[in-house]
Amino acid sequence: MSKTINLTLKVWRQKGTGDKGHMEIYEAREISTDMSFLEMLDGVNNKLTLEGKDPIAFDHDCREGICGMCGAVINGIAHGPQKETTLCQLHMRHFKDGDTVVIEPWRAKAFKVIKDLVVDRSAFDKIIQAGGYVSVNTGGAPDGNTIPVPQKTAELAMDAAACIGCGACVAACPNASAMLFVGAKISHLALLPQGRPEAAQRALSMLRKMDELGFGNCSNETECEQVCPKAISITNIARFNQEFLKAGLLSPET
Amino acid sequence: MPLDSQVPEGPLQQKWDRHRFELKLVNPANKRKYEIIVVGTGLAGASASATLAELGYHVKTFCIQDSPRRAHSIAAQGGINAAKNYQGDGDSIWRLFYDTIKGGDFRSREANVYRLAQVSVEIIDQCVAQGVPFARDYGGLLANRSFGGAQVSRTFYARGQTGQQLLLGAYSALMRQIGMGQVRMFPRREMLDLVLVDGCARGIVVRNLITGAIESHSAHAVVLATGGYGNAYFLSTNGMNSNVSAIWRAYKQGAFFAHPSFVQIHPTCIPVHGDYQSKLTLMSESLRNDGRVWVPKKAGDTRPPEEIPESERDYYLEEKYPSFGNLVPRDVASRNAKQQCDQGKGVGPTGYAVYLDLRDAIRRDGVDAIRKKYGNLFQMYERITDDNPYKTPMMIYPAIHYTMGGLWVDYNLMSTIPGLFVLGEANFSDHGANRLGASALMQGLADGYFIIPYTIGGYLASATLNPVDEHHTAFGESVKRANDITEKLLSIKGKRTVSDFHRELGHILWEHCGMSRNESGMRKAKELIPALREAFWKDVNVPGASADFNQSLERAGRVADFLEFAELLVEDALSRKESCGCHFNEIYQTADHEALRDDEACCYVAAWEFTGQGEAPRLHKEPLTFENVGLTQRSYK
Repeated sequence: MSKTINLTLKVWRQKGTGDKGHMEIYEAREISTDMSFLEMLDGVNNKLTLEGKDPIAFDHDCREGICGMCGAVINGIAHGPQKETTLCQLHMRHFKDGDTVVIEPWRAKAFKVIKDLVVDRSAFDKIIQAGGYVSVNTGGAPDGNTIPVPQKTAELAMDAAACIGCGACVAACPNASAMLFVGAKISHLALLPQGRPEAAQRALSMLRKMDELGFGNCSNETECEQVCPKAISITNIARFNQEFLKAGLLSPET
Repeated sequence: MPLDSQVPEGPLQQKWDRHRFELKLVNPANKRKYEIIVVGTGLAGASASATLAELGYHVKTFCIQDSPRRAHSIAAQGGINAAKNYQGDGDSIWRLFYDTIKGGDFRSREANVYRLAQVSVEIIDQCVAQGVPFARDYGGLLANRSFGGAQVSRTFYARGQTGQQLLLGAYSALMRQIGMGQVRMFPRREMLDLVLVDGCARGIVVRNLITGAIESHSAHAVVLATGGYGNAYFLSTNGMNSNVSAIWRAYKQGAFFAHPSFVQIHPTCIPVHGDYQSKLTLMSESLRNDGRVWVPKKAGDTRPPEEIPESERDYYLEEKYPSFGNLVPRDVASRNAKQQCDQGKGVGPTGYAVYLDLRDAIRRDGVDAIRKKYGNLFQMYERITDDNPYKTPMMIYPAIHYTMGGLWVDYNLMSTIPGLFVLGEANFSDHGANRLGASALMQGLADGYFIIPYTIGGYLASATLNPVDEHHTAFGESVKRANDITEKLLSIKGKRTVSDFHRELGHILWEHCGMSRNESGMRKAKELIPALREAFWKDVNVPGASADFNQSLERAGRVADFLEFAELLVEDALSRKESCGCHFNEIYQTADHEALRDDEACCYVAAWEFTGQGEAPRLHKEPLTFENVGLTQRSYK
């Protein structure tokens, strides 16, 4: 049942990409425990607006945990303390009355802060542009049932395809690596017969792009898996490495 | 101006083939001379952008989010229909066409709907080829399930994340074209105006949401795929950024707005629980395949569900509609839920909820089987409500979900403005007065992959278009209009927040023009909305500056448009003297409280023309003729 709590928020405020940021303290009072974290921020912003202050900028859209647009580091954890949860689906019942909550943006060289908690994740799109697709033009595709896909394989591909591209994995990684994101994409397409022909080229070009954009490498910290709202497994990174090795050693692609 | 739907002659089954043959072609070498603007990157926009680029056109694509992968199509859970008849259970293109026409309560165009059913088959193949991980049977073939309102299994799905997977397919096709330089992508842009030159759509004016800069972009044609306007109601299942602005501003430039009052209420959403709430979460309708909807038989029964014995439970849908049971169409399910709650039989703390109970399915199939089918939905429900649906029934209530209305388009998906094409939820076509489950994804992709690539060619090949660039005076006028609105909003510095106004507008619409409507309520809304609009322009508080990342300003512009649009929505509802599909006017109902259509007087598309700020809009009627299906009273008994 719903009750209300009072919280102290320490929020990262930063005017723009090149500006120096700082923490500011706000009181969030009479917060219903049924509220989502973003609804709590809505309430704080409402108050700031009426006081003539600049509301806290944060990204969000579907508020159903699927669009991947929201995200902030809450008390040092990307998307906050609840496992397998996006920030919009984190409810205030997971906080205690009187708690201090520290709210910061994703921090990574490849994700520049745009304002306050909003970061630029367009690097993810650039990685996909480098090869995260099956090259197929519209029209004339064969009947979907002409190439059967074993149910288990389809399920594994779906496990990987569930990635919502929120960027929490990068934010949680001490190296700011995008390996979990890219690994998920590589696995999804490499597992399916439709994605197989380009698998080697895909692994090489996506990895190259990832390095170029300033993401670090994977050193098996497994922090990414811990914070992933969609429980994407690091076995996808292993599959990525496997594809990369195959591409490097066995295929004519370089 | 008479509305010309451009529907080709000939038998229904041959119309599309015939039309494709008759449309003029653009020579492949000439396609690269054309630039096309696509606004929106959901299923319709992303698929259109990718396909037009594949054909050789230069495409400029715009989206409001930080990445095209986040368009609201991503939230669709249940599935996508296609008349593949893989199950051999009696499905066919004709049946999908028939179901869609009937489901829309005979307020959509036959030829458009037939074409939708026809191309549905190709959509699945296209998506499989892209690597969309659809669910498979043990033999590796594509799996199907039955879905709200359908008695055949024609719905393809990818767990409860079908929208996401289909969108990622279209997004990856788009990304491929961006990588190849054929599409230029402009994320974090909001369309503020449509630019017309010589009466044709030749460009758009957008706000760069990061810098606040107003940008002009010219093209030979403009495609709007900007989704629905359900957020006019404030609480809805839509993403927070979904809005009416792009199509509303096109309406003010001369595009007719059709059926604005046809809004769909989804029967299975998590109920409202607090006044701070920002959105309503939808639970996939697929739950109705195994879930049984019930309320206590006795009004005011506040016992917890496990203490209510079987004999005191009212499975009202199964009793009223034995052959469809819990699978009746959305409007029927929604209205019946409201009826039960109005009779005092609603459950939960507010009394505005009914149970959706999977107990019997869990007993029959076991927890594991249910977890496999609906695990993520159960998890989502538990996260929001703190209740475990494996142990206690879920509580659901209807919520605004999809809008069947939108800009009027002809068979070519072109609006009344030459060169302005409208796709997906942003147009009015195909769904009539109600939309069947798993049909939205189908329409978005049909429009984008398989229809616009042909019809836009026909337009470009036959239109005479002078060279136009961003320096044309028409752009200057639009930029000024956009800047004026921004400056006005920032100068008011009143005492109420944007969301405060938005919430109040939503309340007016839900109360007076929601699930069921009556004349006095609608008249009341027609008084309240202009008063609220006036208050908004006097007392809204929009902090910050225009040359900044200013989310309050973004929202203020959208709410300003909702405030104008809401009045048209109510006007349209008032003018339709019948009940049909989701449009339920209490005066017009059968003895069984079902929607009572008036096919003599109301079998038309209501298309509204903007006649000037503060002037009454003009109603145009496109008569609907049914040559292939008999107009029958919908009955699910």
